[in-house]
Amino acid sequence: MSTKNWPLWEIFVRSKNGLEHRHCGSLHAADADMALENARDVYTRRSEGVSIWVVESKNITASNPENNGELFEPAHDKVYRHPTFYDLPDEVKHM
Amino acid sequence: MKENLYNFILGIADNSLILGQRMGELCGHGPSLETDIACTNISLDLFGQVRSYFQYAAKIAGDGRTEDDIAMLRKEREYKNVLLVEQPNIDFAFTLGRQFLFDVYHLAFLSELQKSTDLTLSAIANKCIKEVSYHERFSSDWVRRLGDGTNESNQKIQEAINSLWTYTDELFHQTKADIAMVEQGIGVDVTKLKESYYMQVGQLLEEATLEIPESKWFQKGGKEGVHTEHLGYLLSDLQYMQRTYPNMEW
Repeated sequence: MSTKNWPLWEIFVRSKNGLEHRHCGSLHAADADMALENARDVYTRRSEGVSIWVVESKNITASNPENNGELFEPAHDKVYRHPTFYDLPDEVKHM
Repeated sequence: MKENLYNFILGIADNSLILGQRMGELCGHGPSLETDIACTNISLDLFGQVRSYFQYAAKIAGDGRTEDDIAMLRKEREYKNVLLVEQPNIDFAFTLGRQFLFDVYHLAFLSELQKSTDLTLSAIANKCIKEVSYHERFSSDWVRRLGDGTNESNQKIQEAINSLWTYTDELFHQTKADIAMVEQGIGVDVTKLKESYYMQVGQLLEEATLEIPESKWFQKGGKEGVHTEHLGYLLSDLQYMQRTYPNMEW
């Protein structure tokens, strides 16, 4: 038996129409079709979703945690970039 | 009691019960986490269907027996499932081959049962058909993958299909109860499903680069309660709790 693993896939599930797809985890599958079926069984068995995206993990380019300082810290002291000074009407949801 | 209707329902439900138990045996033992969950999901779907059938059967029996009594407390000869579904999980190819050979039949059967004049049965069929469409998609997909995969996977699924082939013809046999139910517009005339079954199965095997077995000799007996040696062992697992601690609940 081969001990080689199937490639890793990242799974994104949209919980209902109108909302965005959210990353919910990863799994192994031989190809995209199998990844979709596996994602259906692993991540939507308790009716968590209406749509699934799968992306092979190797296709994701991630930022390097070592660069966190220069990438993210400059934003910490710029509160004026947050739109926290507006009153949101109650009807607006998912903000 | 409507004897024929009761036996007809048991014939349908027992297939799902026994196959559900077989797939459930893989819980924690599947070849990978993903396929393990997929197989146990199928098992749970089947058990869910079984509950609806047995609840209805218990109502028809009307003698105080519950769905659990019907599922757990019959003797081997009283189970009416086809021989195909009781065959053991020899390996993954065998498990998925068995599932595939049953799913193609099951889907065709349920689409006919939807037209039943018995409203409870047509409603159950209507509910089950989505689940079973997925089972059929899943198992067909795997047969295709294994057949059209490596030499080893091709050989294993071919062996599985060859060994299981002898149990396929029984799917299209009719019991006395089946015939009576067809006459009343409640049942499904399974003899009419046979031709398209073998055509559909043959097409997929061809796609999977597998040989269609040529054997013309078929096993039968499950529908009449005459089973292979495997069912007794399966039932001793399934019935263990109720036999050891009678009337136990949790």
